[in-house]
Amino acid sequence: MAHAATLDIRNLGKHYPVSGEPKPVLENISLSIKPGEFVSIVGASGCGKSTLLRLIIGLEQDYQGEIALDGQRITGTSLNRGIVFQEHRLFPWLTVEQNVGLGLLNSEQTPAQRQKAIQEHIDLVGLKGFEGAYPYQLSGGMSQRVAIARALVNRPEVLLLDEPFGALDALTRNYLQQELQRIWEQEGITMILVTHDVEEAVYLGDRIVVMQPRPGRIKRIVDVPLARPRDRGSYDFAAIKEDVLQEFGDGKLVADLALRRPDPLTAGEWHFAW
Amino acid sequence: MTSPNRTSSWLRYLHPAAVPPALRGWVLPALILFLWWAGYASGRFTNPLFVSPGKVVDAALELIRTGTLWQALSASLTRDLAGFAIGTLAGLALGTALGLFRLAENIFNPTLNAFKQVSIFAWVPLISLWFGLGDLAKIAFIALAAFWPAFINTLAAVRGVPKELVEVARVLGWNRQQLVRRVVLPAALPGIFSGVYLALIYAWLATLGSEYLLTAGTGIGNLLTDGQEQFRMDYVLLGVILVGLIGYGFTALAGGVERYFTRWQRR
Repeated sequence: MAHAATLDIRNLGKHYPVSGEPKPVLENISLSIKPGEFVSIVGASGCGKSTLLRLIIGLEQDYQGEIALDGQRITGTSLNRGIVFQEHRLFPWLTVEQNVGLGLLNSEQTPAQRQKAIQEHIDLVGLKGFEGAYPYQLSGGMSQRVAIARALVNRPEVLLLDEPFGALDALTRNYLQQELQRIWEQEGITMILVTHDVEEAVYLGDRIVVMQPRPGRIKRIVDVPLARPRDRGSYDFAAIKEDVLQEFGDGKLVADLALRRPDPLTAGEWHFAW
Repeated sequence: MTSPNRTSSWLRYLHPAAVPPALRGWVLPALILFLWWAGYASGRFTNPLFVSPGKVVDAALELIRTGTLWQALSASLTRDLAGFAIGTLAGLALGTALGLFRLAENIFNPTLNAFKQVSIFAWVPLISLWFGLGDLAKIAFIALAAFWPAFINTLAAVRGVPKELVEVARVLGWNRQQLVRRVVLPAALPGIFSGVYLALIYAWLATLGSEYLLTAGTGIGNLLTDGQEQFRMDYVLLGVILVGLIGYGFTALAGGVERYFTRWQRR
């Protein structure tokens, strides 16, 4: 089992230059994540949640404050952090097996060890038998499983997930949420999931970080003290979901939510229809 | 009214759908050949410049027997392939370099963009002054024609490598060499192939062009000009048919090679 790391974010700030002026995207983010914890980050689009993940993975730099993994300041990408993006980002010219193996290109393992690691992770995400398939032959859900296997094959300490199931249909999404939970329990690593799906956040997270936009800040952190596997239909589950959704009930957040859901009247139906 | 599918008239055998798909491409050439022959057989065309299909075949057999055809064909193909190889390799190399290195692009691109606007025929006087009218000049002309599509498509393909995949390479901690070998080149390959494909076609067009414009020597183009000068319509038609067949062969070959190397693409 991989070693899980503590992630410490203190007074993090990030600016982008917009027509010459530095515009704040993230402001005063402080968050400490325990080894093996599952943290969900929810917020409307534009709240900087993806930027936060990109800072943690190391694709974005030049931030104020501190992001440290086990006390080490993050200065770039590293194999101890893996990421799954919203799009699967598989290499279309490689098979499933070769795509998963990409993560091991710079590892010091022997070819036999690599092959074993690749096979284990293909099995882990339930794609045994699809080793030789090309990405165009896979469904969206299967592609995302391959992306998860590729991110995990290095045995990272932290896995970041940037709306990984956002583009999938509801049934596949539910199923992959269960699968992700199984993988998280099996691997025992730290996971940080960015999503705009509140139910997904409640189903998977130990804690839910609610962010608000312009500039991106943490509005509230909600604990999810429910035993796993969680019952989406239970009263406690609904209560926490309701609580988180309340945070979206005022001001700017709801405006962004309304952009996704054109008819504001269906918002009520939508959140009871699960 | 009966639908065309239901009609039992003999006309339905003339319908293109009556021919198996693999052979449908031959319907039009066969029709043209038939009309050509029918026009000749009707005896209504007495102009000496109208020759029968049989006359063209005779011309081909005669030129094969005397070795002239083979000589012309090999001369044309040799200079075509030489020019294509030089121009395409230069295009690939420069396109890749400019696509990968911002500095190289900044230095070379304005000049290359200006040169690109010059019609390749405008180079002919310069080429003939520098290289004469022989094979060297012709190959230079063909190479120039092949260079542009190879260069432009390679540059666009290398520049257009998806940013998302480059990010994956960064996340996985790859060095620049790994990035180029494992992301940039495979991702750019379909675009590079379109360039090579076009270069092959342009090179063949330029081969004929060079034989018209730089007239010394032998070649299919010379066969055509000689036929024109001697009012040998059979030579002219034979030349046109050969040029078309070779161009078609190149296209088919390039298509096959491209399909092989990009077989991971959804079709």
